[in-house]
Amino acid sequence: MSSLSARDLLVEASHGIGSRPGRLVLTILGTVLGIAAVVVTLGMAQTGAGQIAKQFDAVAATQAVAQPATTQTMGGDTRARTTLPWNSPDRVLRLNGIEAAALLADVDVAGARISAVPVVDPTAPQLAAPAVVAASSGLLDAVRGTLSTGRLFDAGHDARGDRVVVLGAGAAERLGVNRVDSQPSIFIGERAYTVIGILGDTARRRDLLDAVILPLGTARADFGLAAPGELQMRIDVGAGSLVSEQVPIALSPNTPENVEVSAPPTGGELARNVRGDINVVFLALGAVALIVGGLGIANVTLLSVMERVGEIGLRRALGATRAQVAAQFIVESVVVGLLGGLIGSALGVFVVVGVSAWQDWTPIVDLPLAFGSALLGGVIGLLAGAYPAIKAASLEPVTALRGGL
Amino acid sequence: MTPVIELRGLTREFPGTPPVVALHPTDLVVERGDYLSIVGPSGSGKSTLLNLLGLLDRPTGGEYLLDGEPSLGISETRRTQLRAGRIGFVFQAFHLLPHRTVLENVVLATIYAGIDRAERVPRAVAALERVHLGHRLSFRPPTLSGGERQRVAVARAVATSPRLLLADEPTGNLDSVTSGEVLDLFDELHADGLTLAVITHDEHVAARAHRQVRISDGVLEVVR
Ligand SMILES: Nc1ncnc2c1ncn2[C@@H]1O[C@H](COP(=O)(O)OP(=O)(O)OP(=O)(O)O)[C@@H](O)[C@H]1O
Ligand SMILES: [Mg+2]
Repeated sequence: MSSLSARDLLVEASHGIGSRPGRLVLTILGTVLGIAAVVVTLGMAQTGAGQIAKQFDAVAATQAVAQPATTQTMGGDTRARTTLPWNSPDRVLRLNGIEAAALLADVDVAGARISAVPVVDPTAPQLAAPAVVAASSGLLDAVRGTLSTGRLFDAGHDARGDRVVVLGAGAAERLGVNRVDSQPSIFIGERAYTVIGILGDTARRRDLLDAVILPLGTARADFGLAAPGELQMRIDVGAGSLVSEQVPIALSPNTPENVEVSAPPTGGELARNVRGDINVVFLALGAVALIVGGLGIANVTLLSVMERVGEIGLRRALGATRAQVAAQFIVESVVVGLLGGLIGSALGVFVVVGVSAWQDWTPIVDLPLAFGSALLGGVIGLLAGAYPAIKAASLEPVTALRGGL
Repeated sequence: MTPVIELRGLTREFPGTPPVVALHPTDLVVERGDYLSIVGPSGSGKSTLLNLLGLLDRPTGGEYLLDGEPSLGISETRRTQLRAGRIGFVFQAFHLLPHRTVLENVVLATIYAGIDRAERVPRAVAALERVHLGHRLSFRPPTLSGGERQRVAVARAVATSPRLLLADEPTGNLDSVTSGEVLDLFDELHADGLTLAVITHDEHVAARAHRQVRISDGVLEVVR
């Protein structure tokens, strides 16, 4: 028995791999793309699911809105069937599962100019006026807003109808207000309002960022606001069905059917469902990518073994056993597969991170996914290489030699 | 002394419609130290015979004793072992690995012959010096002339000290000068006691051998 040590085997295999770099690149490309596709699809699935779960958990699963139900009049207009009481927040905060609540209403300023200067400059370009929204003092908690500077008006401002406003960040920029310590004013029509805060960000009602927000009491006094528009509520996870049931009764005890509440059906369950759906879709895509990549690898490996049938014949003629020849070619395709797997996996992770950075998402790629995919390249190399290698090695040497060299 | 090769009714038939009898039942004895040339027209069965002698192919009938040992019906491992240890091949088309150096090509044979790691390179270098290619060790085959390539192939065949050297048209791709180089080499190897069987179309090549057989249509006759 001629003794071919593991070292000899590896040396022969490494020559087989390294002797033609150009070929190696082509051979590896299939694996790289296949594995990268798998990592990208599964990585994007994880990232996307994480993203959705985050939004669900943070906002959607814990947010509810109550509004008056509407009916169609004969003339085709929609008309609210009831009005929400002004003390709605106090009423719902007594219920279980509601953590914060605030009333909001769009204010009709009858085309009044909104500007930072009292005197109208006729040459200044007429910009679209920011929306004016009235809100109760619990606004920040209810919509998960944060102020970039200053403070929000309180119940006192509201009760007295003080002329104070908070500007959404976008509105503040348009009006040229960036600090509030000097108590700047803006003008709605002829009336001056003191800016006491700037809303930096909010999770719900993002339109507030482009609005001028004033207390409900002020809107009632200055603009004749007739009724609140909607009640924004922050609720406990899983409290959705309870809230849908109890809020209409609390707001309109005699005609609860006139109040519509949109709340997440059952919080976390929905998020899980969505995550599950996404995973199924992306797993299917990943499987397709894997099959396509695997077939590509199998194809290229098959070809590269077939191409070297003559070399196999020569080695057999020189006294290599079938096992030695098969082992060498299997080692070669496993190493090439692993190499492709590693590069592909790295590339895939890179793409996931890149896309996430661009989309402002949190990239999620399991370590087992990254390393598993690299290994998978080796496994595919093994599966794809074993068959042709064993087949070619078991040819009668003369037949293999005729394969040419 | 046992002959190196002893054929008893050795036959090779290729299946087909009708089947091709490439080698009719053949008896032949080649003694140790013989230098045998095999001539015959194209397609007559010369390569078929040589492949059988080299255990590269399996006969469909008859018996083949290599060094007095039956070579048929033995395990594939044993066949491979005999091929590695007893027989050296020189092919018409050289069959050198193009991406490996001259030295590596020769060392390859010593690896499969189970020669100790420490001895492999010295033996390969000695074989290459013997074919006067000691100055070409790190060249790659594609950069060599045809005659040089065939000498590398001869070095590879003899580096493992086989008992039997089989050559299938070793000068078929060479001009008369380079053929001469290879034939001189064969003479030297023969003088050292190696047994040679050489296929050729060329009368000059055949004339250098001490024994000659002719094959026509798969039938072998001894010329001298
Ligand atoms: N694998 C095969 N299957 C079928 N027929 C074959 C096979 N190998 C060889 N033959 C046939 O056997 C016959 C002898 O072939 P062989 O290669 O031995 O000829 P040769 O004497 O070496 O010819 P040349 O001088 O041209 O090399 C030919 O008719 C050939 O067609
Ligand atoms: Mg021939």
